[in-house]
Amino acid sequence: MPLDSKIPSGPMAEKWSKHKQDSKLINPKNKRKYTVLVVGSGLAGSSAAATLAELGYQVKCFCFQDSPRRAHSIAAQGGINAAKNYQNDGDSVHRLFYDTVKGGDFRAREANVHRLAEESINIIDQCAAQGVPFAREYGGGLANRSFGGAQVSRTFYARGQTGQQLLLGAYSALNKEIARGSVKMYPRTEMLDVVVVDGHAKGIITRDLVTGKIESHAGDTVLLCSGGYGNVFYLSTNAMGCNVTATWRAHRKGAYFANPCYTQIHPTCIPVSGDYQSKLTLMSESLRNDGRVWAPKNAADCGKAPHEIPEEARDYYLERKYPSFGNLAPRDISSRAAKEVCDEGRGVGPGGRGVYLDFAESIQQFSQKTIAERYGNLFDMYERITGESAYKQPMRIYPAVHYTMGGLWVDYNLMSNLPGLHVLGEANFSDHGANRLGASALMQGLADGYFVIPTTIAPYLVTQSPGSVTTSHPEFKKALEEAHARTSRLLNIKGKRSVDSFHRELGLLVWDKCGMARDRAGLTEALQRIPELREEFWNNVTVPGSGEAANPELEKAGRVADFMEFAELLCLDALNREESCGGHFRTEHQYPDGEAKRDDENYSYAAAWEYTGDLANPILNKEQLTFEEVHLAVRSYK
Amino acid sequence: MSAVFDSLSRFYASSIGKKILVALTGAALVVFVLGHMIGNLLVFAGPEAINEYGHMLQSSLHGAGVWIARLGLLAAVGIHILATVQLTASNRAARQDRYGKNATQVASKASRTMIWSGLTILAFIVYHLLHFTVRVGNEYNNPALYSYSLHGETVHNVYKMVIDGFSWWPASAFYVVAMVLLYTHLSHGVSSLFQTLGLATHRTWPLFQKLGHAYALLIVIGNCSIPIAILFFGLGK
Amino acid sequence: MSLLNLQLKVWRQNKGQTGRFQDIEARDIPDHASFLEMMDIVNERLIQKGEEPVAFDHDCREGICGMCSMTINGMPHGPEKATTTCQLHMRKFRTGDTIWIEPFRARAFPVIKDLMVDRSAFDRIQQAGGFVTVRTGSAPDANSILIGKDIADAAMDAAACIGCGACVAACKNASAMLFVSAKAGQLNSLPQGQPEKTKRTLGMVRQMDKEGFGNCTNQYECEAACPKEISVRWITKLNRDYAVATVHEAFGGGVERSEGGE
Repeated sequence: MPLDSKIPSGPMAEKWSKHKQDSKLINPKNKRKYTVLVVGSGLAGSSAAATLAELGYQVKCFCFQDSPRRAHSIAAQGGINAAKNYQNDGDSVHRLFYDTVKGGDFRAREANVHRLAEESINIIDQCAAQGVPFAREYGGGLANRSFGGAQVSRTFYARGQTGQQLLLGAYSALNKEIARGSVKMYPRTEMLDVVVVDGHAKGIITRDLVTGKIESHAGDTVLLCSGGYGNVFYLSTNAMGCNVTATWRAHRKGAYFANPCYTQIHPTCIPVSGDYQSKLTLMSESLRNDGRVWAPKNAADCGKAPHEIPEEARDYYLERKYPSFGNLAPRDISSRAAKEVCDEGRGVGPGGRGVYLDFAESIQQFSQKTIAERYGNLFDMYERITGESAYKQPMRIYPAVHYTMGGLWVDYNLMSNLPGLHVLGEANFSDHGANRLGASALMQGLADGYFVIPTTIAPYLVTQSPGSVTTSHPEFKKALEEAHARTSRLLNIKGKRSVDSFHRELGLLVWDKCGMARDRAGLTEALQRIPELREEFWNNVTVPGSGEAANPELEKAGRVADFMEFAELLCLDALNREESCGGHFRTEHQYPDGEAKRDDENYSYAAAWEYTGDLANPILNKEQLTFEEVHLAVRSYK
Repeated sequence: MSAVFDSLSRFYASSIGKKILVALTGAALVVFVLGHMIGNLLVFAGPEAINEYGHMLQSSLHGAGVWIARLGLLAAVGIHILATVQLTASNRAARQDRYGKNATQVASKASRTMIWSGLTILAFIVYHLLHFTVRVGNEYNNPALYSYSLHGETVHNVYKMVIDGFSWWPASAFYVVAMVLLYTHLSHGVSSLFQTLGLATHRTWPLFQKLGHAYALLIVIGNCSIPIAILFFGLGK
Repeated sequence: MSLLNLQLKVWRQNKGQTGRFQDIEARDIPDHASFLEMMDIVNERLIQKGEEPVAFDHDCREGICGMCSMTINGMPHGPEKATTTCQLHMRKFRTGDTIWIEPFRARAFPVIKDLMVDRSAFDRIQQAGGFVTVRTGSAPDANSILIGKDIADAAMDAAACIGCGACVAACKNASAMLFVSAKAGQLNSLPQGQPEKTKRTLGMVRQMDKEGFGNCTNQYECEAACPKEISVRWITKLNRDYAVATVHEAFGGGVERSEGGE
């Protein structure tokens, strides 16, 4: 099927406003007749559900957590970008657009990114009006800081918990609509499948995680706002519950999965300390504003305490390699540099997978009090987890999987190739290309939910007669039976291994072969190993308990089963992309100095994979990316 | 009118509303306790002073003053007790499954025993009123024994009543025990009142806490000084 | 890294049934593991033995989502100050320790299974007024609302609440005042929250009462247990705001409107 990205015509800066003007409208009386199903309640889901309900649509919103406020957007620390130029430092919509396209290593869709930059301004206004307690100057205006990979200060923040504060803002808007009766909220409810009727997404199958009841919900359109798939690596900075199920199930029903190999590794996380580890903790990138990254020059020094290593024996490798960005080099570049250092045997800490992030100089320059004011909560967190004080010795950090740029393919209206299925936020593929800049995830989630989907949902809905499909349709019955069958199959394997043991093994394998650096041999090996592991899973997993009550093991089993399938596509995509770009680094494709080597001639496309029923042989559809505004160039931060 | 009444009845029905009433009635009782103590300390100034004070209370507003005060106090005590008993009942109901392992991090003993210190003080008040106000089981109402000539007028001899009352050691002992409980009750109650009425701030709270303890201490020392002086230092003998 | 041997007393309960403590021996627990990782290890062993693992709520495991909710040795989120269960590490325990692990107990938080409780009462309280009514797209430029740094910082202090419910679990009376006061207080402090202040305050307090929480008796166990160190001065403010709101509602609060209005 040809991919139509439906990018509006006209100059880049006018596409979005033109599109808004040209979009069909639905009159208020008719809006009430449409039901919108929103899966996920993070920034994208909550903001979309609240805004669509304000407009008059009937909204049902689902989340697996016990409250919409707990969605993993909550954990974002650093901030949210907006082209407000409150600092008068030369920022503009165009510059934010440009930085994002370049930061994404020229693998994002320009028109989407420009729209994102335009809407960034409105997001800040909206959130401030909701009472989000952004940091402020003494005069009462909003404060900004510069953030990973940007040379202007355009990041708005709320202490070290911008994600929580923005999510609470969206959650409050959602609450307002729940109270009005226009949103019906389904917490502790997990989506198990999408229901497709006559080629359109018209409903979902869910499981009530308290009673175990499997139910169907019909709607006129489905919005997936279910986040990313970082937990395919088992260890990541994602919450334990983050999963690929919603998007993977939609993929199996016909939605294309685009660029799964674009996974972002965050450079500043606390290193792994043992095999019991369940997750990795991110330390905000803002730490790099005052911390200097280094590793011992000589592998022989790695065992020494950091203060025993003299200045001349330290390698401040980011400052050395990237003099103009230094410690603020973008995430993919900083991460890979850390990996290289550790691969050379110069890593520090348990297992040699760590580098130092040193605040000694800043503490000397500004005083410990100032540093404590800026990062006190992060230093406390570091000490709680590691038992070490970063005021006295440098932090140990190592990259960890953090965000996934890939996701379901969507057109300019955020609708996937499966009509009626809209995909928002991290779950879609559209805005960040091969690498996401810091403080841009929150921006995208909220832009999609508050400002994009309310406009772009109408063109689809006007073509549909409201309420035309109900749960009595045979497709719902079929999907319901399939979900029941799958659940009872998982419960009845009664094998020997726990769900977690499979997840760990899968994660380790994918991290090893398809993590920060990838090569043909490793990927080929993974592609052989994954189906074997999947086979073993379906024969040897054990899921205690029953399906008729709360059963966390059963929930995990369903999610891991989907990761087992998804992992194969991830590796296939990585194998297919014979270039290095952003979060995807193929060791075969690099410049002599180790920098990523893109292949614009052959790979300047979004890879949108189509499910065929044969997991090893999906169909590759290509959306060719064209660059009108931003000149394709080697991405250099030197 | 009914809208106003609705709002006020919802106020009482709410948890904060009841607490505010507990605080306001508590504040009234705090003021009373202080006045009562100052009046009683006149016993150290001799029969003339305290009997004149007693007579003044009895005869103000042609005898109506004391009844207005009594009704006011009765109402304050009544509301204070009713609301706290209701609050305590709903507190119990709010956690039916108790913890297997209990831990307390900062709550003071006094704060955790308010209902018990309060109810014991109530029992004491009943006894105290029967003893000195209604004067049951004693001869204090007998004009032949307890009259005093104040500026030529015959008035009740409060001074002698106090001396005689506390000369019986069990009465003094109960009195002192009640005052110690009153101390714990006030040590939590007085500062709490500022919290519940919304008057505390980060800066003033430590002051209110100290004030509460100081006030409680003042009351217990002041009140206990009378029976102790009578029993051990021969006051009035 | 050293290994710990611990005696656990874990609350087991199915929805609607009475619960009991189960004694579980937890041997060879790495002291670098977090408390929840210790529970993962225990569960893995239970599964290997063919027993049902202990159900508990958790998600982000970095102290911000507010999902984890265990009472450890009588203290919600355990003994460490300003720390959620997921951020509590086993190095805070000694080998040979007995650890009591119970759900957050309150009538308003019914047990779903084992250590999982239903905290939807918090959501309903927020729905009763914990928002500023602002239509998407109708907001003025963010810098047109100037807010002094001290007020913004204070609002941020309140907004740090993660809605975990430790305050309720710690309170001797299972009162939700710290949570409600932080949520109402954030918006009541800010200029954006002024138009709906009366309605918000009355609505949230009434919903709180309806949910069956206990009453605050100013003991401040909540503040001691709060992983985000929310101050009880927010309760002071809620008490004050509630009194003022009642006066506004009962007597018209200076706004002259006839009863016949909307």
